[in-house]
Amino acid sequence: MREFDLQDAEVRMLNQALHGSDSEGQAIAVVNPGGKHNVAAGAQFETQVDIHGHVGYYCAGMNQNARITVHGNAGPGLAENMMSGSVAVKGNASQYCGATAHGGLLVVEGDAAARCGISMKGVDIVVGGSIGHMSAFMAQSGRLVICGDAGESLGDSIYEARIYLRGEAASLGTDCIEKPMETEHIKELKELLNKAGIKHEPAEFKRYGSARKLYNFQVDNVGAY
Amino acid sequence: MRNKIDTSWLRESATFSKPVIKEIQRAAREGIYDIRGAGAKRTIPTFDDLLFLGASMSRYPLEGYREKCETAVTLGTRFAKNPITISTPITIAGMSFGALSAQAKEALGRGATEVGTSTTTGDGGMTPEERGHSELLVYQYLPSRYGMNPDDLRKADAIEVVVGQGAKPGGGGMLLGQKISDRVAEMRNLPKGIDQRSACRHPDWTGPDDLEIKVQELREITDWQVPIYIKVGATRTFFDVQLAVKAGADVVVVDGMQGGTAATQDVFIEHVGIPTLPATRLAVDALKDLGMHREVQLIISGGIRSGADVAKALAMGADAVSIGTAALIAMGDNAPEHEQEYNDLGTTAGFYDDWQDGRDPSGISTQDPDLGERLDPVLAGRRVANYLRCLTLETQTLARAAGKTNVRNLEPQDMVALTIEASAMARIPLAGTDWIPGYSGKF
Repeated sequence: MREFDLQDAEVRMLNQALHGSDSEGQAIAVVNPGGKHNVAAGAQFETQVDIHGHVGYYCAGMNQNARITVHGNAGPGLAENMMSGSVAVKGNASQYCGATAHGGLLVVEGDAAARCGISMKGVDIVVGGSIGHMSAFMAQSGRLVICGDAGESLGDSIYEARIYLRGEAASLGTDCIEKPMETEHIKELKELLNKAGIKHEPAEFKRYGSARKLYNFQVDNVGAY
Repeated sequence: MRNKIDTSWLRESATFSKPVIKEIQRAAREGIYDIRGAGAKRTIPTFDDLLFLGASMSRYPLEGYREKCETAVTLGTRFAKNPITISTPITIAGMSFGALSAQAKEALGRGATEVGTSTTTGDGGMTPEERGHSELLVYQYLPSRYGMNPDDLRKADAIEVVVGQGAKPGGGGMLLGQKISDRVAEMRNLPKGIDQRSACRHPDWTGPDDLEIKVQELREITDWQVPIYIKVGATRTFFDVQLAVKAGADVVVVDGMQGGTAATQDVFIEHVGIPTLPATRLAVDALKDLGMHREVQLIISGGIRSGADVAKALAMGADAVSIGTAALIAMGDNAPEHEQEYNDLGTTAGFYDDWQDGRDPSGISTQDPDLGERLDPVLAGRRVANYLRCLTLETQTLARAAGKTNVRNLEPQDMVALTIEASAMARIPLAGTDWIPGYSGKF
């Protein structure tokens, strides 16, 4: 186990280590992150990273392959543009978590703020609590699971991403509609909850997705824009 | 047989001119605004409104073709471990694969590489053709993040964070469904055939303080190796440039309203933003005010067509310029050999600007495989290289005439303005006077 104490060490040293192929298979502990930004940004290899404390902006940004756990809260842009691997937050996450992420699994055990999963492109996101407004805005693909409630305009202008919501949405965004929960969706959701280590009954969730009415610009829809 | 009407005495309305009437009729018929490519067409003050003062009694010129006039520029000297050096102060601006064919992107890379300068990706990500044929490739980091991934980010020679572009500052983009081929759809992770909306603002930061952290994140991911540019559309240029510097830019790119687009509403192109001429002066003012002129390099774009434009931008304080529309024309856009097909599309060579609809006869702004095949990337690349060489030679010609051994030694004092408007915007004295309207001796 290698340890980086960010009270003394620069974030640069940690990230440099995570970009080296010798980090493959290693376990790295980060202590005293102190809300610093860009902690574990751009990790490339199958490394286990445990961050003990709170982190600032863009923790685990563009992660590839690494398994990163934040034992605390995370600031804005957690796991933005993640490609693969996994990121888990034991506390809460600020806005834009999982933004534009292409792959991997993001788990927020607490709540996530506004714009969770904005423009997501294939990532799976599981939030144990509730999420803020405009989440899954322009979400392209991937799956967003919310075990609590969702703020206003959930899934506004959503493309092909799937949303599973256990609680209530303050409102649905433009072109986002409720869709039937078929057997395949129950199965898919069960797998996602299992992977996230969060226990809920899939049947308690509703599914939301795109009505696909805004996929091609039509002047008749001008009131929706 | 109808009598021929004498129209010579008819008076056209300045308010309701023939083009205005035609546009009202089109809007009434179609119920939607006009979307088109290219940049602003309205008459505005430009670099054409400035003239160089050649050498005279007080200065002596350099011998053309014999005495050296340096053109190379190094970009990204502020923070990056590996700044890039371009042989000519003219780069190729960001244009997306999707908006342009793969052949066109390859040709731009070939042309730029042949003369030792950089080309730039666009919305939609980096293609292997473009990377493979571009010795120096700038990777754009855009709000949509289509195709964005850390592997390509690390392959880039520089990163350009796009905040806005001159044709539509404050606006996003729309790649219409007819240009969404299988490959474009896959790169952008969206279904084929749907209109692909590019967001107008970044999804994970909302202001200059956030952007500073975002820039640091990009540096961390790329190990501080490559320069980071910040590109803004020309609007509140003085403040935007200062904020870009504060956010940690190595290079600031300012794109004036003449800058092109692949698909934007005509009303946006013509009515938002400021011309390249005043934007250049404001950007230089901003850098000088911070004591960062030349520390942070400035690239100017938007309507650059000739070596005269290049030289004048440099004389006002830019370090380099970017070209987009002119490079497309050099490749073959609006070429007269396609006249019949332009006619079939309801236009004529020299006026074709429907770059959004994917039916470009030249094979440049299209994803139609048959049309794309028409563009030979080797030949088109050669044309781009020829054009870049011509611009470089013209720039050197003017610099030598002003007695400069380096094109970047050109200075505002080498120029005069032809019009009051240009004088005020560029802060260059009106020809034959020492008068600059609105200038009190300080900015």
